[in-house]
Amino acid sequence: MFQPDDPLAPPQPVFDEPWQAQALALADSMVKAGHFSAHDWAQTLGAALREAEGRGAPDTLETYYLAVVEALEALSQSQTDITQDDLSARRAAWEEAYHRTPHGQPVLLKP
Amino acid sequence: MATFDSENAARLHRELHSHLPSDPALRVKTLESLAVERGLVASETVDAWVEAYSEHIGPKRGAQVVARAWLDPAFRKRLLENANEALKEFDYQGSATGHLQAVENTDVQHNMVVCTLCSCYPFSILGMSPSWYKSAEYRARAVREPRQVLAEFGVELPDQVAVRVWDSTAELRYLVIPQRPAGTEGWDRDQLAAIVTRNSMIGTDRDLKGEGA
Repeated sequence: MFQPDDPLAPPQPVFDEPWQAQALALADSMVKAGHFSAHDWAQTLGAALREAEGRGAPDTLETYYLAVVEALEALSQSQTDITQDDLSARRAAWEEAYHRTPHGQPVLLKP
Repeated sequence: MATFDSENAARLHRELHSHLPSDPALRVKTLESLAVERGLVASETVDAWVEAYSEHIGPKRGAQVVARAWLDPAFRKRLLENANEALKEFDYQGSATGHLQAVENTDVQHNMVVCTLCSCYPFSILGMSPSWYKSAEYRARAVREPRQVLAEFGVELPDQVAVRVWDSTAELRYLVIPQRPAGTEGWDRDQLAAIVTRNSMIGTDRDLKGEGA
């Protein structure tokens, strides 16, 4: 799995998908703003990674970043006033916004 | 019935053409929009982080630190004693990621860094961690069989060189100071920084290439 760095290889993008960057950015911003402690973040992410390994998820970046999202959802509910109902309602609102918005227009929660 | 069918067809048509983002992308949008709405974070802060770590912040920062440590023995001493303090001499913002400890390779000790729990990493000076650093395999094997892992990275350690594996935490992260290679006498800081690889600062690379190598 491991190999030396190839200095002649073209630079790789840092993130495979924008949501991966946004998830880590949100996590780091929440830690820096003091809403999550760095310790809680590491423990919660570690638990999500162990859970993924335990159910046989592939050892990929996709699995890693899904664990990041799970940890964010868990800590948002335990450390802030965001609830599961808030998450469900907001997710439905975003889906509705995407369905309603024509091509090429910015997707906004409220029309 | 006709009404239902046409409504259903119209709905299906809209969904087919709506380009709904992936499930994780929607979950992140959901979290971020709630966090911003409740004043927990500013959307500008999140956007600035994404831009900085996608484009600007990378291992060149750490390489500059290593090169200065090679050139300036007093700085090297300060770096090894208290890396957070020493790094204040560089204008590297965004380092609120716990305490940093610099560990130095020698002729008889090689240092290698892992986070067995998750992926703690000094990203304010090394940028985003490489994908292998986040893998379950590296997190497990770096501690269990470091010499084998190093061999796979192309590092053949002589028997007299001991390996010390440092397990990062949220509170304490590590930067490996590799050894300055021969053939770099008289080089300036930028020339030296150019040969310091990211992996050498994590400890999965050891022998850097100087002149004529």
